[in-house]
Amino acid sequence: MTLRVAACIKRVPITGGRIVLTEDARAIDTRHLGFTMSPHEECGVEEAVRIIEAGGGDSVVLALGPAEVVEQLRDAMALGIDRAIHLQTDGQEWDGEATAAALTDALRADEAAAGRFDIIFFGNESADSGGFQVGARVAYALGRPCVTGLKRVLIEGSSVRCEQEVEGGRDVYIVPLPAVLTVKEGLNLPRYPSVPGKMRARNKAVAVTTPIRPAARLELVSLAVPAGQGRRAESLGSGAAAAPAVVELLRKAGVL
Amino acid sequence: MSVLVLMEPGDPSRQTLTLARKFGEPLHAVHVDAVEPFAPDALAAILQRVADELNASAVLAAGTERGNEVMARLAARSGLPFAANCVAVSPGPPATLTRLRWGGSLLEEARLHSPRPLITVAPHTVSIEAGAAPIDVEVKHLVDGLDERDLMVRVSDHVAPSNGGVSLTTARVIVSGGRGVGSKEGFAIIEELAGLLGAAVGCSRAVTSAGWRPHSDQVGQTGTKVAPEIYIACGISGATQHMAGLKGAKRILAINSDPQAPLMLNADYTVAGDLKEIVPAISAEIRKGR
Repeated sequence: MTLRVAACIKRVPITGGRIVLTEDARAIDTRHLGFTMSPHEECGVEEAVRIIEAGGGDSVVLALGPAEVVEQLRDAMALGIDRAIHLQTDGQEWDGEATAAALTDALRADEAAAGRFDIIFFGNESADSGGFQVGARVAYALGRPCVTGLKRVLIEGSSVRCEQEVEGGRDVYIVPLPAVLTVKEGLNLPRYPSVPGKMRARNKAVAVTTPIRPAARLELVSLAVPAGQGRRAESLGSGAAAAPAVVELLRKAGVL
Repeated sequence: MSVLVLMEPGDPSRQTLTLARKFGEPLHAVHVDAVEPFAPDALAAILQRVADELNASAVLAAGTERGNEVMARLAARSGLPFAANCVAVSPGPPATLTRLRWGGSLLEEARLHSPRPLITVAPHTVSIEAGAAPIDVEVKHLVDGLDERDLMVRVSDHVAPSNGGVSLTTARVIVSGGRGVGSKEGFAIIEELAGLLGAAVGCSRAVTSAGWRPHSDQVGQTGTKVAPEIYIACGISGATQHMAGLKGAKRILAINSDPQAPLMLNADYTVAGDLKEIVPAISAEIRKGR
């Protein structure tokens, strides 16, 4: 059975050890940072590629964001996604509601032209804004079942078995296709892009649309780095000579 | 003005009541087990009906997996905005709130322009305050009248965890390794120390990405959030991704060759130097004392 699979991703900065904000405190100062796709979504891309490799079909990656988002779309295509749709913005923050509406429009337009997606993957939540809602909103708008927080996805004929990590194991859901699935890191181990994969990605198609940003109803006012947790590092020494002090600490902590 | 709360067992829901009271009283509760087995669209449908009947000024839930999932679905079907993982709110309008970003590494001040704020409260960020208990809403007639479509997504089975080792979430001690461990084989000394302490083995995202350890060992924003008595971080630099998983740790001991590594600056205790010498020396010292 050949399938059509979409994966929606978000471009986020690689924050490293300490987050520095811009002067107006409305964004992270990214002048010295690299960018990546949000970790959960990378697993959605990998899963989409594996499904198409196994059964054949067509895969599309979508992202909303500024011109630079094309880097992450090319990364997804280097992993094996066939083509990309870029919902281009001027770089302003879009809230989850507006992002979902724009993605729904783009998915509908592609489905009208090329057929229904059997599965649309999202990350369970983005690494940066952590809104926990875009997948559920798109699913509702398209009238499809949505299962969230998945660590395992198994297509069984015309339905999909989904495993969601919960305390004390995994809950299983079986839903008919087409479906919207939001996934978590650990679903799979994403491959590294190969050099030929990167070469091919350069020539794959990126369709560009320019949605209009509605006023945010969850409106970002400012960002702040939270105060430290009051930890003040006490040195127990250096090298192997510190071992007795460490054991003493473990005794004091009541774990030895 | 009444306020509706989705209740789950445990402290995060009780913490949620503290912020719910800011939107008015009395509080009304719908419990997550109103529909068994768990069916998130069904719960969202019930919350929507009850919120309308009560003319609720706001709907809140704990920022747990279940809470965020149900509230996102309620937001979608109600056509309303939704703010996840808040730590402070003021009713407005517009409601103003503080919420977590980057797994808690950043705080966002935001305005929520909505006739009925939909909010989840980040677990363990708000204290439980005394107040009138919420009134349980009778929902049996709503459960009986659920639309078949809202029961399509429903738990049908449960798979028990496969690993026999010490669980990261409940471990009292965690010995964790980062890129500095160097290789898959390098974890032998981490496992040895963990074995002596009855500890769980953890790791950073760099380690799972390299394929040295399974993702189930990963501590951090996209891994497991931990709360041990002591967390021993070996060769972990301390990226925000990792630190987001350590907020519940009582004590952090960092072992690293770079004294300026973020984790060395954010730990309670540090040992500077080569973990390949230090970790076996700690194991030997423990054995000596037995």
